[in-house]
Parts: sequence; C-alpha cells; structure tokens
Amino acid sequence: MQPPQTNAISVMDLTVAYHETPVLWDIDLDVPPGVLLAIVGPNGAGKTTLIKAILGLVRTASGKVLIHDKPYEVQRKIVGYVPQRGSVDWDFPTNVLDVVMMGRYGALGWIRRPSKDDRELAMNALEKVGMEKYRHRQISHLSGGQQQRVFLARALVQDSNIYLMDEPFQGVDATTERAIVAILQELRENGKTVVVVHHDLQTVTDYFDWVTLLNIRRIASGPVQDTFTSENLREAYGGRIAFMKNR
Amino acid sequence: MQVHIEILFIAIVTSSACAIPGVFLVLRRMTLMSDAISHAILPGIVIAFFFTHTLSSPLLIIAAAGTGVLTVVLVELLQKTELIKEDAAIGLTFPALFSVGVILISRYTRNVHLDMDAVLLGELAYAPLNRLTVLGIDLGPSALIVMGVILILNLVFISLFYKELKLITFDIGLAATLGFTPALIHYGLMTLVSITTVGAFDAVGSILVVALIAGPAATAYLMTDNLTRMLVLSAIIGSINAVVGYLLAYQFDVSIAGTIASVTFLAFVSVFLLVPKRGLLSISRRHLRQKWEFAQTMLVIHLLNHEGLPEAVNESEIAHLHEHLQWEPSFASKVVRYALNNRCVSQDDTQLTLTDRGRTIAEQALVQ
Amino acid sequence: MLIYINNLLNYFDYTLLIVASGAAFLGTVSGALGTYAVLRRQSLMGDAISHAALPGIAIAFLLTGTKIHLLLILGAAIAGWVGTVIIMAIVRLTRIKYDSALALILSTFFGFGLVLHTLIQRTGNANQAGLDTFLFGQAATILKWDVITIGILGGIVLIIMLIFWKELKLLIFDEGFAASIGLPIRTLDVLLTSLLVIAIVIGLQAVGAVLMSAMIVAPAVAARQWTDRFSLMVILAAIFGALSGVIGTIISSTAAHIPTGPTIILCATLFVIISITLAPNRGLVWNSSRHRRNRRNIGMGSNQLFEQHQQKSD
Repeated sequence: MQPPQTNAISVMDLTVAYHETPVLWDIDLDVPPGVLLAIVGPNGAGKTTLIKAILGLVRTASGKVLIHDKPYEVQRKIVGYVPQRGSVDWDFPTNVLDVVMMGRYGALGWIRRPSKDDRELAMNALEKVGMEKYRHRQISHLSGGQQQRVFLARALVQDSNIYLMDEPFQGVDATTERAIVAILQELRENGKTVVVVHHDLQTVTDYFDWVTLLNIRRIASGPVQDTFTSENLREAYGGRIAFMKNR
Repeated sequence: MQVHIEILFIAIVTSSACAIPGVFLVLRRMTLMSDAISHAILPGIVIAFFFTHTLSSPLLIIAAAGTGVLTVVLVELLQKTELIKEDAAIGLTFPALFSVGVILISRYTRNVHLDMDAVLLGELAYAPLNRLTVLGIDLGPSALIVMGVILILNLVFISLFYKELKLITFDIGLAATLGFTPALIHYGLMTLVSITTVGAFDAVGSILVVALIAGPAATAYLMTDNLTRMLVLSAIIGSINAVVGYLLAYQFDVSIAGTIASVTFLAFVSVFLLVPKRGLLSISRRHLRQKWEFAQTMLVIHLLNHEGLPEAVNESEIAHLHEHLQWEPSFASKVVRYALNNRCVSQDDTQLTLTDRGRTIAEQALVQ
Repeated sequence: MLIYINNLLNYFDYTLLIVASGAAFLGTVSGALGTYAVLRRQSLMGDAISHAALPGIAIAFLLTGTKIHLLLILGAAIAGWVGTVIIMAIVRLTRIKYDSALALILSTFFGFGLVLHTLIQRTGNANQAGLDTFLFGQAATILKWDVITIGILGGIVLIIMLIFWKELKLLIFDEGFAASIGLPIRTLDVLLTSLLVIAIVIGLQAVGAVLMSAMIVAPAVAARQWTDRFSLMVILAAIFGALSGVIGTIISSTAAHIPTGPTIILCATLFVIISITLAPNRGLVWNSSRHRRNRRNIGMGSNQLFEQHQQKSD
C-alpha cells in the first residue's frame, strides 16, 4: 500500500515584493517528495528569494508555504539549508569541524553545547563529502570547492528530509561538482527531497529529475523531460537562449 | 556687532570648507577617515606647538596636516597586511596617535598654554580675538583668513581635478586604466581633508569637525544624484547649519560648535523626512497609494494564474480568497471592493472573474 | 633586593590597586565583546557608542543632579543605544552608507552633549566634571564602589555572552543559516548590541570615550593574530584587554603627568604591533619568511611543490 503522499513543499500564491517592486508574483509550486529539483531562471528571476521565502527568511506579501502540509515553523527540523557560499566571511576564526557542527545547533536548542555524539555526526558528514582530512583546517585556507563541501556537510548533519541549496555549484572545481552531484543523487535515492538553485542550463538534464523554470513568475514546473523544453526556456529567458540548441 | 558678524563669517567659511571635500568622502565611503584624521592630527599639533608656541601658525597647520596624511598611509598599510580589516585599522590607528598627543600635552605643556578643552572642542566665540596683523594693519580674525585660504584651496583643487575626482569616486578601476593614477588624486584629496580638518580644528575642535564634514554632504546626498549639485548643496547646507546654529547658540548661551553639530543632525533628519521623492514622508505616502494598486495586481494575477484550471472555482471564491493569499479577511474584502470599483474584476455570485481590463493589468505586470 | 620589593609593594598602594583592578575588569569585558564587533566589521561601533553616550550622561546629570555612577551609566547606555539604532535606521532607510551614518551620529550626538554640558557648566554646579574627563576619564578618581559596579555589570555581560555563546557565534558567522534553524536573529542582534553598549559605557567615566573605542578594537585585533579559533580569540582578547589595563595603570603611576587612559591605549596598541609582526602563521615576520621559502620552492619543480603542499595540508 502506498503511504499517503503529501507534497514535500507546497508554495501557494506566494508574492514577495521589496518596496512594492515584485520579486516573485503569485507563485504556485508543488514539490513532490523524493525529487531532485533544479530551480532555474535568469539573473534576478527571484530564485534565491523563493528559497528564502520557503525558509521564512523574507516577508511575503501574500500566499503561504507548507512543508509536508504544515507551516515551516513546525517543520524546521526536517529542513536543511545551504546558503550561498559568498554569504559568509570565510576569514572567520573557526575550523571545518566547527562549521559542520553548527548544523547541530537547531537540534540542540538553547544553551546546550554540542556533545561527543554531535561531533561524531559531524565527522560522518565530513567523511561523506570527502573532507574528513581537513577537519582542523582553518576555513579561510579552503578552496571554493572545499568551502562548498563544508557547507554541504553542515546541511547533511542536520539530518533533514528536505534540503534547500542556493547555488551549490557556484565557483567549484569539476571534481567537487561531480562529488556534490553524487551526494545529491544519493540523498534522492534515500527518499530525501532536494531543491537546488542552479545556474548552468547545460547540466540540468544530467543532474536533475525535476525542474522549475522561474522568472518572477513560475513559467513551468515538473519532470525534466516534460518541462525543460526550448519553448519553456524561451519563455523564461526571453530571447537570450540561442546557445541552448536542440536540448 | 562686528564680533557677531565675524564669528558668523568664520562659521560659514569653516562649514563650507569642510562640506565640500566631505562630499567625496561620503561618496567614497571614507567618511570615517575624517574621524581618524581629526583625532590623529593631535600629536602633530602638539609637536608643532612646541616650536611655534601658537595655535594658528602656518607651520603648525602643515605639521598637523602631515600627521593627517600619515594616518591615512598607516591605515592603508595596516590593511595591506591583510591581517586587519579597514574598519579595525582605522579604529586602531587614531586612538593610538591621539593618545600620544594627549600624553605629550599633559607631560610637557604644563607650563605653556595649550588648553585641552580648546584643542578638543574649539571655541568659536573667542576666534575673533586672535587677529592677523601685517605691518600694523589689522587684516581680520586669523581663523577667518586661514579658513578662507583653505576654502579657496579646496575649490581650486576640486575644479582643477573635477573629472579625475569624479572618476575615482565612481569607478576607481577605470580611472587606473585610463592612466589617471588614482593614488595621486586620492592622496591629494586626503591632504586636502587633513589641511581642512586642522584649520577647522581651531574653531570647532576635533570631534565636531567630523559633523561639519559628514553632515552636510550626507544631507545633500539625500537630495540629488548630480555630483556638481551635491557639492553646491553641501556647501549651502553647511552654511545654513552654521548660521542657524550660531544664532541658537547665541540665544541660549551655549557652545556654538555643539549647537552647529546639533543643527546639522536636525537638518539631516528634516531633509530625510521631508525631501520630495526620496524623503520618508513621500515614500510612505507613495507606498500607501501603491499598496492598494499592488494588492489589486496581486489579486488579478492570482485569478489569471488559475483561470481555466480545475481548481479555478475554488481559487476565485470570494469567501476563500483570504485563505489562499494569506491575507486578513478584512484586507481581502477591501481589495476585492477596490478591484471591483476599478472594473478589474467582476462579481458573479460568489465568484470573481477577470474583466478584460483586469487581464491586461495582470499580463502587463507579469511581462515587465 | 629588599628595597626593590619594598618599592614594588609601594607601587601597589591602595589607589593603584583599585584603579588597576577597575582597568583590568574593563579590559576583560571590552576585549571579549570587542571580538564580536571586530569580526562583524563594526569595529568603529565602539567609537560611535562611546561618543553618542555624552548627551545621555549630561541628561542623567541634569535630571538627577547627582553623580551617582549607576545613573550616569544608565543615561550613557540609553543614549549610546539610541545612537546605534539611528545608525541602523539610516542605513536601512536611506542611501547613506554605514560609515557616513556612523560619523554623522557620533559627531552630532557628541555636539548635542556639548551643548548640554555648557548648560550644566552655567548652573555652576560644583559637581560637574570637565569634558576632557569624559574623553579620557579620570582613572585616578575611581573608587571602590565604581570598581564593584564595573565588576558586577561586566560580569553580567560576560555571563549572558556565555549563555548565548553558540547562538551569538552563529549570528555573526552566518546570519541566514541562523535564521533558517529558527534563531530569532533580530532579538539576538539587539542583545549583542546591548551587551556591547554596556561593555562600553561602564568604562566611560573611568577611562573615557576614546579609550573605550580603542579597547573594543585593539585587544580583539591582537588576539585574532594568534588563533584561528573563535573561543580562544575571545579569551585572548579578554586577557590582552586586562593586561593592557593593568600595565597601562602601573606605567602611568610611575611618573607624574602620564594620564592613565592614553597609556592603556598605547599598551593595547603595542600588543597589536607585537601580534601582527610576531604571531605564528599570520604574523608579518612569519609571512615574509614563508614568501622566501616559496620563492625557493619555485625552483624545485612543480611536482615536488605539489607533494609538499599535500603534506602540509594534513
């Protein structure tokens, strides 16, 4: 018997505006559980804003977001987040293991300090992203790819059902990109839902099985083979898509 | 009476002289450099004072301005080590230099007259007492003449290098590729700021100089996008602040420099609230006006998005609208009324349908 | 030898002990809290808060007519806090950038404080203190009770810092992630600012505005050079702050006319200079020798260099 399938994420009539300038117009989006979803769209399409709105980090003008049929505030613990790598100061005095341990803070709650178990979990996550050797490395001494792996490990340690990632392939080397894709696909195999803001149209069909095309409004959303059509892409990107021949 | 007019002139000239280079500091996000310079010139002043025994000798101004430029160099050197960020480099340099100055004063100038309060706070009221006489002819208060010369110096520098200054303010990379040696202009500007600070220091003291430099420029920045206009506005605002400040201070018999600084703040706040287009009042009025427009657009887009789809019946049900859009029920019904009045939607029993007008609005909003 | 010890003990007379312990407390608290400000690139917030506090002190004095330490601290804290809030508001609501907003508020608030100060002077109240006292403090006039006040308030600040240790750390490292796991970042931000304000205003009367702004920056910058760990950085900054306080006090007591506040600043600055030149890994000496090594390595061929790099990274 199939368990009742609720959508991992449902976004309903979501409008976000900064000073009455819309960033997202009336977005409806259903993300079924267990998909690996790419959000693509031109610069300024509101991709990051959409992720932040799902996480309740920006004020919405209308609409709502449900995570498995409940508001984000109650479901926080089953959602993991990977912010853009550029959003933090990598010269901060801390090491790799410590950053990954921050992923446990949500589960720990106030006042309590991370325990041995948390440390163990963090080490496991580091192993998964191939960074266990670097656990004592100061974070400013990491390459872009390594920084991204650390962020990914921090999300893994949250042990969530749903992962939201903002441009995890931004400025990483080819090896890291392959490693990250493998991890994302493994997550999906384990029944997790992974939502990724993605820039590189060339790799969408290879990496993802579900795609949302966004340009302030939702252009299309669904399985890659049905949705990632040149027609939809033209609608999302306007005329700027000539290089995407016959995909 | 003569004294009042002289003080007023000193205040106006000092304020304009500070307000003009202030524009470039504000635009280049280097305003705090003026804070650093105004503190750090103290040791320069003290050491020069040992030799000149007067606070208004040109030698003293040159020595102190040298210390100011030295501060800029020090801050930049500290930053270059990449061990210290810019803000921390400033926050380290000027207290240290200032401390050196204070220790020198308290240790070695007990016998000579260098009043700490005068150095820190200045006293405009006494400025006319110190007069410049050449061959027995009274040329006027030396503060007025010194600041007048500095003002002219600033104007000459800025009109000579206007194009270059503009370029390094808005695109330092381009300035370098065009061969304008931004460093030269940068240090020219910093020398000017130092000289101006030292000159003004005498009249208003070290901390209030910062108000004269940052205040009018920041206020002008709220009013215009045009660099030339910003420079003119900054000088005018600085002068107005000086006049109003002096009159109030005279009326209530309080510190002149302090009152000018307070007026500077009030001027900034009133411009911030009242200036057309960018002011808080007109912004919030515009927001209020746009609020309903915007809500109406949200509504028509919502209807358009679900038009012709199976869930449309449910989504366009008036009674359920507020649930879909997560609006307050009262807000939702007001928006519906607003949209009905504008003929963007029509009511069909309990359902809302888009009119042609509403559809056009929605489609236009989505395209932009 | 005996004479020497006797002399040393004489240095540590009662007043000196009081002043030194007050300076040590202040150094500890401002060093620890300064770490947060420096890492958030808000080093000059201390400068703004300490100058903006002047009108608060003056108003507290005008209203109560007393010089009760705690009341003046309260006034200073409120004014410093209001100044900070206005800076944030200007940055959020206008196109004016952080540096200009900071300069504007610190100078105009200070100017307003100056106006109030002349009002106080006119009332001829014998209790009033000179403005240079506000800027540099009067460490020599610190009483036992002042030290106790500083100790208690500073202690509270440090305890709150420890209670919310991991939350505050996450706030300054990665605000977005902190919000995503449900931390109330606005509240935490207000809390951190308040702690910083208290850390600054408790020292104003004793060591003055300029010193307090320096003590927020210098110990933290020095500490950063010695460690790559946040917790150690806070501890080291506190230690450097305390040491600067004590050493500065002692030096200024050895000769006449060496004011305490500025001497403490110079001690803290000396810590910075030593740290950025000598600290292992980051220090300038270390770096220049590493550069020389690297230059030699270029001659070794890239393969070897690569291996060496690999070894170093483990």
